[in-house]
Amino acid sequence: MSRPAEEPRHAITLTVNGTPYAVEVPARRLLSDCLRHDLRLTGTHVGCEHGVCGCCTVLLDGAPVRSCLTFAVTVDGHAVETVEGLAAGGEPSAVQRAFGECHALQCGFCTPGFLMTATALLRETPDPTDEEIVEGISGNLCRCTGYQNIVAAVRRAAASERT
Amino acid sequence: MATRLFGEPIARTEDARLVTGQGRFLDDLGHDALAAAFVRSPHAHARILDIDVTPALDAGGLVAVYTYEDLPGRVGEPLPLLIPHPALTHGRTGYPLARDVVRHVGEPVVMVVATDRYAAEDAAAAIQVTYEPLPAVVGIENAAAARHLVHDDVPGNVAAVLVQQTGDAPAAIAAAPHRLELDLAIERSASMPLEGRGVYARYDPDDGRLRVHTSTQASTSVRMAIAAKLEMPPVQVDVVTPDVGGGFGVKVVHPWPEEVLLPWAARTLAGGGAPVEIKWAEDRREHFVSSAHERGQLQHVRVGFDDAGRVLGLDVEIRHDNGAYTPYGIIVPIVTSTQLLGPYKIGAYRVAATSLYTNTVIVTPYRGAGRPQGVFCMERTMDAIAAALGRDRADVRAANLIRPEEFPYDQGLTFQDGRPLIYDSGNYPKQLEMIRDLIGWDDFAALRERARAEGRRLGIGLGCYVEGTGVGPYEGGHVQVDTSGKVHVATGLTSQGQGHRTVFAQIAADELGVPLADVEVTTGDTRRFGYAVGTFASRAAVLSGNAIALAARKVRDKALRIAGEALEADPRDLEIVDGVVRVAGSPSASIPLRTVAVLANPLRYAFDADAAAATQFAGTGPGDDEPPVAPGTEPGLEGRDYYSPPRATFASGMHAAIVETDPETAEMRVLRYAVVHDCGPMINPRIVEGQIHGGVAQGIAGSLYERLVYDETGQLLNASFMDFLMPYATEIPHIESDHLETPSPLNPLGIKGAGEAGVIPVPAVIAAAIEDAEGIPIHSMPITPSDLHTLRSHP
Repeated sequence: MSRPAEEPRHAITLTVNGTPYAVEVPARRLLSDCLRHDLRLTGTHVGCEHGVCGCCTVLLDGAPVRSCLTFAVTVDGHAVETVEGLAAGGEPSAVQRAFGECHALQCGFCTPGFLMTATALLRETPDPTDEEIVEGISGNLCRCTGYQNIVAAVRRAAASERT
Repeated sequence: MATRLFGEPIARTEDARLVTGQGRFLDDLGHDALAAAFVRSPHAHARILDIDVTPALDAGGLVAVYTYEDLPGRVGEPLPLLIPHPALTHGRTGYPLARDVVRHVGEPVVMVVATDRYAAEDAAAAIQVTYEPLPAVVGIENAAAARHLVHDDVPGNVAAVLVQQTGDAPAAIAAAPHRLELDLAIERSASMPLEGRGVYARYDPDDGRLRVHTSTQASTSVRMAIAAKLEMPPVQVDVVTPDVGGGFGVKVVHPWPEEVLLPWAARTLAGGGAPVEIKWAEDRREHFVSSAHERGQLQHVRVGFDDAGRVLGLDVEIRHDNGAYTPYGIIVPIVTSTQLLGPYKIGAYRVAATSLYTNTVIVTPYRGAGRPQGVFCMERTMDAIAAALGRDRADVRAANLIRPEEFPYDQGLTFQDGRPLIYDSGNYPKQLEMIRDLIGWDDFAALRERARAEGRRLGIGLGCYVEGTGVGPYEGGHVQVDTSGKVHVATGLTSQGQGHRTVFAQIAADELGVPLADVEVTTGDTRRFGYAVGTFASRAAVLSGNAIALAARKVRDKALRIAGEALEADPRDLEIVDGVVRVAGSPSASIPLRTVAVLANPLRYAFDADAAAATQFAGTGPGDDEPPVAPGTEPGLEGRDYYSPPRATFASGMHAAIVETDPETAEMRVLRYAVVHDCGPMINPRIVEGQIHGGVAQGIAGSLYERLVYDETGQLLNASFMDFLMPYATEIPHIESDHLETPSPLNPLGIKGAGEAGVIPVPAVIAAAIEDAEGIPIHSMPITPSDLHTLRSHP
């Protein structure tokens, strides 16, 4: 039953929000834990650790993924975007602004996951219909808002990006 | 005058941090802390025969392993029974770590401390506990049958029997022209915040201080509980609530085992050496099996009524599943029993609530806290009366409503705060009119016929409720203007997403006459405010909002007095606008509030240029014979006050929905959902709307999707988000809402609570709409397509 005192560690390099980081992680370390506890980027949250709630959503090479279902070692050499990277030069992104303007968050725990999901959605579908918005965010759970204002925020962000 | 902020739908001050990843939730703190993990019971009911920790001792990174045997003194005593009640004759609570017997799956048995969470879980997995399984009691019927007992010394599994009555209900029913009986059921659900519980404790032997961060709804009481358990002076214990990722009731329970064990272990491991920090962040499976659930009740209704549908007598038997222990007393059945009456005048009422033990997770308040069950009971009864008489369901309700001129209206019962159930204000007939208009009640028959012609089935439902909000005993507020002019507001209760920083800042800014941007608000930090009760029962805005208003008025009075001396003006002629005190009508005679703050603190030492104005030779002080700090006053431009209500204030609302049921698949879809809501004057209508939306979504969840399913051995079969179906955006309908604002006469701001409102009548409304669509009585919620399909063949 005894385990080695030190687990083998793997040296990886990942780029987070444009900044390269070199870290040594055990093979089983989750990307969510690596981001949160090794890189101290705690904006990415963990709500279920089984890939359902979407709180931990980050963009991996531009595509939304569950960082709680991703081993850190598998992102060696890849680019990750997290909520901390959305505000370019300190200016909040259209999605971030719209979430505040539409009261699309209450406790704010699920919010980073929604922001990343919505960011990816609008990059791919800049002018989504309401159905596309609802479908696009339907992999993220929110327990506070009832989603109505989140849908409104994504709609508003899309409109403000077009103008 | 500047525009009043009270009533404005301003954007929240919380959001800038939260949308940029700068929130600080429990697990965002303490990166270098030791980590705790727990071995939890896999059995619903079992005797612990042996705990073998030796296989864990070689685990890398292990620091300590604790079982019940290791817990000294008060740490090892049963957890407190927080809300005793005379009817709770057999209250029982668990131990922080199980002693001899476990009574639900998930009960903590061993605590492991290691260098990180991975190592702690490795060690926990290696520990071997030998159990002798005992028969499990699962389900209300089995609990009542009492073939087996959850606690050997609790006969019949009965924790409490609470009977309340007004008038002689059995006699009124017997004498009534019409009578009917109903059996109703609501299943278990849970608060299920997206952030679980979590505790991060730091003990520093150098100053003997303990600092505990915990994801709680009641930080001041956690502090007192920890101080009592660890036998420390409360002044040596700080409890800080970080950002909290939702609560919805589950985080009001305290102290949880982890809130006692982590602080104790940090102090124990620190000894006389370096400070020790330990953190535990609950994982989702732990949350399902070791935090709290709610809702599960069976109800038997007997009602007598007249030809108009007026209720002459109502007799309700409630059987309530309280789970394995009763740390939160019998608040949920009390709330069900009393709030069942809703907006109605009931001729005579008797309610008997029996609270029963089962070998399942504890049952404590979840948003609504027993009201959804009570409203389900009353509203299903109203619909049954209407059906029996062939009358319109809204008309039957109208016949029973308390009239606006009848307030204050005494329901003749005792509410959850131990005070008389007296409704303070409301306008229920107006609400009924508004909800009929909003949903199109009177036009629905035509809509239904058009749908029927297309082969579609539609139904409409209506539900009304009254919610006692803002219960005591009290909350406090502290308001301090610093010498930069910034206003620091603190209140002891905690926040879990309600927007308190925004609404409390709106109140303080109005009272003081300062810009909103100059006000910052701290909640739930005992270092800033030590006296508080907590955030539950839709009470934060009412209690802390009024306390902060009163504290700000004190500060304003003080500012005007000091400014009056400085300006040689009568304080009664002064006003504060945009942070400047000035003579009304003569704005040139003015002094900034920040300068008043300087003058409010007479100084000897000029540590900066501003401070020089308050020193002894500056000539700004009172005359030579006056003390620099006037008798009865204190230095500093700050004030503290408390608001303690005589009793609850009663918010209310009515919801209606149009539901479509699929004739083939039995799928149910909410086509329209309408809400009329009255919480008195709204501080921030946008935030109130948000609370309503979220509440309705949880109500829809509990009506159509969420149920906690135990098997007969007490295993929770759906303890994950894969199987416990929380709704996504695709499942929640658009919510239409309208507001009525009937002020409360009980508090200075005239406000009522809004936090729980949205969830309360939803199961009743959805059940009514499905029943209307299908023509089949719906007496049990939640309901799935499979359930409806079965009902169609066996109604």
